Amino acid sequence: MALERWFRRGRPTRVDDDATPAGLWMKCSACNVQIYRKDLVSNLHVCPECGHHYRMPVDERIASLMDEGTFDRWSGALAPEDPLEFVDTEAYPDRMARVQGKQGRPDAIVTGEGRMHGEPVAMFVMDFFFAGGSMGSVVGEEIARAAERAADRGLPLVGLAASGGARMQEGALSLMQMAKTTTALESLNDLGLPYISVLTDPTTGGVTASFATLGDLVVAEPKALICFAGPRVIQQTIKQELPEGFQRAEFLLKKGMLDDVIERKDLKRKLVRYIRLLLDRPIELEREDAHVAGV
Amino acid sequence: MSLEFEKPILDLESKIRDMRTYGEEQGIDLTSEIGVLESRLESLKQETFASLTRWQRVQVARAPGRPTGLDYVNAVFEGFEELHGDRTLGDDPAVVTGLAKLAGRSVVVIAQQKGRDTKENIHRNFGMSHPSGYRKAMRMFDLADKFGLPVVALIDTPGAYPGIAAEEQGQAWVIAASIQRMSRLRVPAVSVVIGEGGSGGALAIGVANRVLILENATYSVISPESCAAILWRDASQAERAAEALKLTARDLQTLEIVDRVLDEPVGGAHRDPEATMRQVGDALREELDALAPLDATELVRQRRSRFRRLGRFTELEAAASEVPDTRLD
Ligand SMILES: [Zn+2]
Repeated sequence: MALERWFRRGRPTRVDDDATPAGLWMKCSACNVQIYRKDLVSNLHVCPECGHHYRMPVDERIASLMDEGTFDRWSGALAPEDPLEFVDTEAYPDRMARVQGKQGRPDAIVTGEGRMHGEPVAMFVMDFFFAGGSMGSVVGEEIARAAERAADRGLPLVGLAASGGARMQEGALSLMQMAKTTTALESLNDLGLPYISVLTDPTTGGVTASFATLGDLVVAEPKALICFAGPRVIQQTIKQELPEGFQRAEFLLKKGMLDDVIERKDLKRKLVRYIRLLLDRPIELEREDAHVAGV
Repeated sequence: MSLEFEKPILDLESKIRDMRTYGEEQGIDLTSEIGVLESRLESLKQETFASLTRWQRVQVARAPGRPTGLDYVNAVFEGFEELHGDRTLGDDPAVVTGLAKLAGRSVVVIAQQKGRDTKENIHRNFGMSHPSGYRKAMRMFDLADKFGLPVVALIDTPGAYPGIAAEEQGQAWVIAASIQRMSRLRVPAVSVVIGEGGSGGALAIGVANRVLILENATYSVISPESCAAILWRDASQAERAAEALKLTARDLQTLEIVDRVLDEPVGGAHRDPEATMRQVGDALREELDALAPLDATELVRQRRSRFRRLGRFTELEAAASEVPDTRLD
């Protein structure tokens, strides 16, 4: 059903993304400086003035991490169903059809394999602009399959999380994706293959409480909101002010919950170094640096 | 205390009591009159409980007087020895853990514990665990593995606690770790949802070989109240949310999320705790007997594949799948 509707809508019509406001110029929400939008996009959606990390569209994210022309997509052959016949302000299939049309993919994730500085890796990237990156059956299954396929091919797995949590419209089936993804990651653990999890803004709820924090290494982007319960829920529960920087990456680093906080411009290089160090391979520092300098 | 839809039943019950007292006091034989009322009461109960809405079941799952984790621990198991503490942060009273005997075999018990009165509820944080509670559970998983003891987990929580300390201590991290640790158990594990199965906080001790649920218990990705607050920006729409979420035992059986639904006495578990607990005890013995012959490798494999296959989605044909993800090509 959802798919038929999707095809009726055809190719995505939006060229724009939600990561940064439209228009030639924009005011940075962090430093209030007027910045040229193209500069922001070419700077990996990081403010050239203050370094604020904006949310990044999935295709640009993959392009920023994978060597050019090496990415081979695995995902895209699974579409959501409506097992609960869920209707809130809109029927779930209609909601999905709309978002599928906007984002140009059947659900909130892209998986595949490619090379990072020549290093073959499998990768999944969650799409926060697709229904808040919520995890339903398709997202869970794509991650599970990516982990298993990576294991089959002897590839390390890099995961980029961005999610509002489990998808309510699939009820307890969404909840079960937490256990499903966790058990599928065992195929990598069984073989001693690395899984590195990168938490980006925002990573919350059932995604944080499952595969996203089960990486051999767990790192985050600057200022990313990372939590189980969101700040609003906590504030409603305890009825007091939250500490400065609460649930942000730097705060969690201090609390011992993250291996490191990494700026976007360094992410590719760092990930490759982690993988090579974990697998006890030469880290080939100079070649990497040459690569980065050439970008 | 009674639930809204129970009122006609309770009224009739008190009428029968009054009539009995009156008959005894006055020395009149009212047996036949009482008999009529009693059979009316029975059919009223049957009718009411045969057609409970999902929201009403949520009420029953949370009803005062419904047997809690510790009630089961005392009624179903023998020789329970409570074991405290996570060895890192403290001892979380919202989760009770320990060793006990069930049908002659030693088992590790993990029970989420709500209070049976206001005072205990405050002590138990209404059954909402901090990271310490999940760390304690994981310590029990280690113990179970080392000594080859089966694990019985009783689920009854509104959810993991959403607070400052809980977040700072890595609530999400410990829930994920507990899910992973439980999935790796080399011993039989049976989970029973006895009341509220609240989201990730419930699943953290729900990765069992067999997942059972009581007829009026619920298991959900989010509470109806929170769901309503998000979807309709109005927590009073919880009844609608409960219907939409399909969170009842029978719903979950249809979705293959639970393996077995255990009947409750007519009127709900809170009206006959003993019969309910007997029922759960019998079921646990059967399930553990059935899992006993499986070796460690088979138990891990079975548990992994049980959870690996959960979910509903459509596989698109290869040709069609080329179309949707155009932006990356
Ligand atoms: Zn800025």
